[in-house]
Amino acid sequence: MWYYEKKLQYPVRVGVCNPRMAKFLIEQYGGADGELAAALRYLNQRYTIPSRVMGLLNDIGTEEFAHLEMIATMVYKLTKDATPEQLKEAGLGDHYVDHGKSIYYHNAAGQKFDMCIQSKGDPIADLYEDIAAEEKARSTYQWIINISDDPLIKDSLGFLREREIVHSQRFREAVELLKEEQQKKKVF
Amino acid sequence: MATYRKWYTPYVSPLDPCPPLVPVSYETPVQLYLGFQPTGMKQFSPFEALAHGTLWPGLFTPYTNPYASKKRRHDNDG
Repeated sequence: MWYYEKKLQYPVRVGVCNPRMAKFLIEQYGGADGELAAALRYLNQRYTIPSRVMGLLNDIGTEEFAHLEMIATMVYKLTKDATPEQLKEAGLGDHYVDHGKSIYYHNAAGQKFDMCIQSKGDPIADLYEDIAAEEKARSTYQWIINISDDPLIKDSLGFLREREIVHSQRFREAVELLKEEQQKKKVF
Repeated sequence: MATYRKWYTPYVSPLDPCPPLVPVSYETPVQLYLGFQPTGMKQFSPFEALAHGTLWPGLFTPYTNPYASKKRRHDNDG
């Protein structure tokens, strides 16, 4: 069960009217290494992970939804006041025809979110998958920061990138916890 | 103390079609080095923690566009 707090995890401000940025940001919304994929993967994997680290997947999976909401806010702010002509110029013509001003779960290339979520039921395989996913999300944020000219968006993206670092750190610690010898009987 | 950005210079051919944009950087943030986080690490105040995206100064690895400095070199060269 969840409680919803009606505010964003970190303030989202957009200073430059650049609908093209929305096309790039949508990668983190409905892309393979985006926030939706991360949230669904962790919340799904948590059932078959040892109970010591189940709470970690639960917490991080929940936080990913808060990140999803931040990305959605950025995309919405960048597109809500754009004319259909401006959306077309920004490469969002196809999107507009299919979804209007609605945001949608697809990647920057327009491929629909296809639920290709890894979940193996093997704790080490799943945690290594999650570490890799956090590093991929971190690099995606870096590439978006590199092509952005809006210091306010860069600030929010810098926050999200730092969260990927912290998540990666915690997953690495989870692996260490699972590697520890538990209740080992000492044989003399 | 680890550095969080590394650089390398790939081979530049005299026949390359575009002027070289070297060196090439990649990020190696703190989580690659920390191991299991030790107890008692220094903390940010709650407000600073929000601004930094982490409670722990030791986990804060900010990012800047590496092309910002490279572009200038590239322009000077060419």
